[in-house]
Order: sequence, then structure tokens, then C-alpha cells
Amino acid sequence: MIAMDGQGGRAMGLYRRRRIVNQIVLVLSFGATAIGLGWLAVILGTLLFEGASGLSLRVFTETTPPPGSDGGLLNPIVGSLIMTTLAVLIGTPIGIFAGTFMAEYGRFSRITHVVRFINDILLSAPSIVVGLFIYEVMVAPMGHFSAWAGAVALSVLVVPVVVRTTEDMLALVPKEQREAASALGMPLYYVITRVSYRAARAGIITGVLLAIARISGETAPLLFTALNHQFFADFPYLNAPMASLPVVIFQFALSPYHEWQSLAWTGALIITMAVLALSIIARTLASSRKMS
Amino acid sequence: MSSAGRRSVVDVALQGTELTGPAAASRPRVLVKLRVRDAIFHQLTRAAAITVLLILGGVILSLIIGAMPSIREFGFSFLIDQTWNPVTEKFGARAAIYGTVMTSFIAMLIAVPLGLLITLFLTELCPMWLRRPIGIAVELLAGIPSIIYGIWGLFVFAPFLQRTVQPALIDAFGPIPILSDLFAGPPYGIGMLTAGLILAIMVLPFITSVSRDVFEAVPPVLKEAAYGLGCTTYEVVRHVVLPYTRVGVIGGVMLALGRALGETMAVTFVIGNAHRVSPSLFAPGTTISATIANEFTEAVGDLYTSSLIQLGLILFVITFIVLAAARYMLLRIERRIG
Repeated sequence: MIAMDGQGGRAMGLYRRRRIVNQIVLVLSFGATAIGLGWLAVILGTLLFEGASGLSLRVFTETTPPPGSDGGLLNPIVGSLIMTTLAVLIGTPIGIFAGTFMAEYGRFSRITHVVRFINDILLSAPSIVVGLFIYEVMVAPMGHFSAWAGAVALSVLVVPVVVRTTEDMLALVPKEQREAASALGMPLYYVITRVSYRAARAGIITGVLLAIARISGETAPLLFTALNHQFFADFPYLNAPMASLPVVIFQFALSPYHEWQSLAWTGALIITMAVLALSIIARTLASSRKMS
Repeated sequence: MSSAGRRSVVDVALQGTELTGPAAASRPRVLVKLRVRDAIFHQLTRAAAITVLLILGGVILSLIIGAMPSIREFGFSFLIDQTWNPVTEKFGARAAIYGTVMTSFIAMLIAVPLGLLITLFLTELCPMWLRRPIGIAVELLAGIPSIIYGIWGLFVFAPFLQRTVQPALIDAFGPIPILSDLFAGPPYGIGMLTAGLILAIMVLPFITSVSRDVFEAVPPVLKEAAYGLGCTTYEVVRHVVLPYTRVGVIGGVMLALGRALGETMAVTFVIGNAHRVSPSLFAPGTTISATIANEFTEAVGDLYTSSLIQLGLILFVITFIVLAAARYMLLRIERRIG
């Protein structure tokens, strides 16, 4: 055997140390992933456990109860559906057109660069600030909270998501397709609507679905725009305050009444399932397109 | 007329039912019509793109106008004053700004190492067939609405911290001079630390998804060369992948920070809503967004409302700077990777 001299011993020591450091980091990275996944499992598990017990037909057929009695979540569910639909109807055309301009007409113009930068910031901007904005421009001048204000606030959140995906998806359409269409004598708007939109359809729909998923859980922008409404009294009057699922969850969860808290959990389960289903559908749509 | 092989849109359009006259006479008219429609569509899309800019301008302008009474009344001292008294109408943002910065700091302290370790697992260790499902699962954390984190934090996480983690931390750090101040006081369950921890989970997916994208863009040759020299996985990531992707990773971290600073509902549930700056992480505090969410609808008087809007303005300015920096860095790495 070769005797270990000083240098060789140090080298072996260094080698062992490097291996041990490596092992530690790998174990940590494994642990970190386990923590991330575990956390998701714990949150979903709690939601199922707490929310499923209150899940019954009454949740979907009765309006929110006064404290201390039973009831359902019909008005906030309908309110959320109405405001989400309005927000998508307002925000989607703006988003798709803006994305179209950035990818087709103005792909190399300076406006496009500025809009892209600003849009990416709006994408992550705090939603509560959007609520304040709509409060200032709609609620304060009109003098009262309204479902319209809530829908507009949500549509401000829809726009950046749709802009981003529309631009990205149109940019993926091969330019040869556009060239072929142009060579046939088609004007640009014809090329865009008949060729580009068709090729990018799945991607654009994915963007809209993601936007719906994003806004259907949003609470902060609705707090002082649509506010809340206990009953169906003014329903479906869009100029009046309107209940929404997230705001009702917020109110009920922080209340001292057991029935309300239980309804809050059920509402939380409904929202989460809806949002996760939407994002999974969006993902499958997006990936099925990539494969074809 | 065009030859048999070349049929343009005009000819197709001419066959449409709307045209009655002889085709040759209508041809210029159809061309003009197409050109007009194209111009209209062009301007329509342009207007939509400019709407995005108008939204940003509108947000800034409306916040400044709304905050004006408060800016006039308190001036610069609004930023450093700790008083928040609706009765005497004295308002200062110090506690809210401190809470916002502190909770985000705690969140980043935990989420950055955790996120990078998860990315290391996903890009270097994880078997191929597991990468997609695990990646999607981590990103689902970002899909869960923030109010769900709030209700879960209040009813599940806070009591858990109060019973187990916080007493243990108080015992462990009690004898150490500086740390004992950080971990002092009764374990309320809700407070700065709880809010920071919840934020950490919420922003984790932003860090992993960005760093995963940039990690995967590292040219394999670089990594293979390092492996060929006998580097361990950790050394390759630490000395080859990270230096190469540094700008992108920092961009992702800033993006996550921007999210953490502006997060509202999850924090509102667990922060405790106390307008004071206390050294202990267990103490209830408040953040800018939580203050607005809690007090805006109940605010009476112009000055109160205006102070809350000024808080919103401060929040927007801070997040705008952070997010702009993040985008700038991500643009830089995009240009490099191509």
C-alpha cells in the first residue's frame, strides 16, 4: 500500500468534504421539494376536510343567512359569476386587440416595447390598488358601491393576462403562414383574423381561462367597489352593491359565528376547486397545442 | 381580371352576395373597402394597446388626486409618523410601511433558499417523468387564491404556530441578547412571523418557475465541462449555473418580492392589525395593504380616506420600482439567452 503523505491526505480530505457538502445540499433540495408539495397537500386536505362537511344542495339554493341560522351561498355565487362574466366581456376584447397590435401591426414599434414593459408590471401589481383606482374613478363620482364597479375593477386585472398570452401565442404563428396569406392579396386585417387568430386560438383561449382563474378568487379589488350584499333584494340590479364569493368568505371567516365560519370554508372549497379546475384545463389546452 | 391561377381576396369577396353589379366595376370599390377596414382594425388594436398605458396612468393619477388632502395635511412626516388615530385624525404610515417591508423580508428569507433548492431538485435530480407533475404541483401553489391562504393561515397555521413553534423559539432564543427581542412576548399565533411565513409559501412558485426557466437555458456544454472536471452536482450549480443565470434569478426574486409587498388578503387574516412597530416578530402588526383592506370601507371623513389612498400610492410606487427592476433584469437575461 502506498503510504498517505501529507498532500495525498489533504486531497482525500478535500474530496470527502466536497462529497459531503454535495450530499447535504442534495438532501436539502429533496427536503425543500417535499416541503413545497407537503404544503400544497396540507392546504388542499384542510379545505376538503373543513369544506366538504358543509357541502350540500342548500349551499347552492339558499341565500346567505343572518348570524346564527343556516343558509347557503346562492347570492355570492351568482354575484361572482355575474361580475366575472362582465369583467371578461370588458377585459378580453381590449386584451386581445392590444396583444394583436403588439404581435402583428406594431411588432417592431416603440409603443409595443413600452406597452409590454408596463403590461408586465400591471400583471403583478397589487390588486388592492386597482380597487382604490376604481373606487376613485367610479364609486366616488357615482356616490355608491355597485356591481359595475366591481366588474370593471376585475376587468383591469383581466387585461394584462390576456395581453400577455395573446401576444406570446400570435408570436408563435409561423411568419410563412402570414406571408402565404399576404401573397394571395389579403389585407393585413384579413390575414390576422383568418390566419393568425385561427392558428393561435387555443393559446388565446388558454389566456382567457387563466384570467378567469385569476379573478375568480380576487377579493381585494371587490372590497370597496362591489362591496357586499346580504340578500337578493336589489338583484340583479347592477347599479347596487353585489355579494361575491371571496368577499363573503372574508366576512364570514372573520365573524364569531360558527355557521358563518363553516359556510366560509365551504365557499373556500368551491372557489379553490373552480380555480384549480380552470388552470388545469388551461394547461392541458396549452400543452395539447404544443404537441400538435 | 386575374388569371385562373391567381385569385385574390378581392375576387373571393366579389363573389359575395352583397355585390350585385358587374364584378369588374366593383373591384376598386372592394379594394377601398378592404383598405378602410384594415385601417379601422389597425387603429382599433392600437387604441387597445394604448389603453394598457392609460390604465397605468389612470391608477397613478387617481391615487395622487385622492391622496392630495392627506399629502397637504401631513407632508413628509406621513412617511415616518407612527400615530394612526382616526379619532383625532392624525395619520402616519410608519407602522404599515415597517410591517410591509418586514413581512416581505421574512418571506424572501425563507422562499429564496427554498425556491432555489426546489429548482435544483427539479433541474438536476428529479427523474424526467416526475419533473412535469412536480413542477405543476408547485405552480398550483400560485393558483390558489390568496383568500384561501388567509382562511387557512388563520384557522390552521396560526394555532399550530402558537402551540408548537413559537413557544419553542421563545425558549431557544430567550437567553440570547438580540435574538430574544426578536422572538419575545406571548405567542399570539397571529403576527408578523405568521404573515411572513404564509407569504413565503405564496411567492415560492414565482421563484421556482423563473429560476427553472433560466436554469434550463444554461448551455449543456458548460455543465458537462464542469462535470467532466469532476465537479459535484452542487458545485456545478453553485459555480456554473448560478453565475450564468444570476441576473435571471435575481429578476425572479424581485418579481416574488413585488408580489409579497402587495399581497393583501392572506396577510389581512393573520397580521393582527395593530398600528405599532414592535421589535418582536410575534407581535401583531399591520401592512399597507392590510390597513387599506380593513379600514377603507369604514373610513369616515375625507382625511381618513385620503390617508388610506396615500398608503395605496406609497405601496404602488414601491411595488412599481421593484417590479420594474425585476422586468429589466429578466429582459437582460432574455436577450443573453435569446
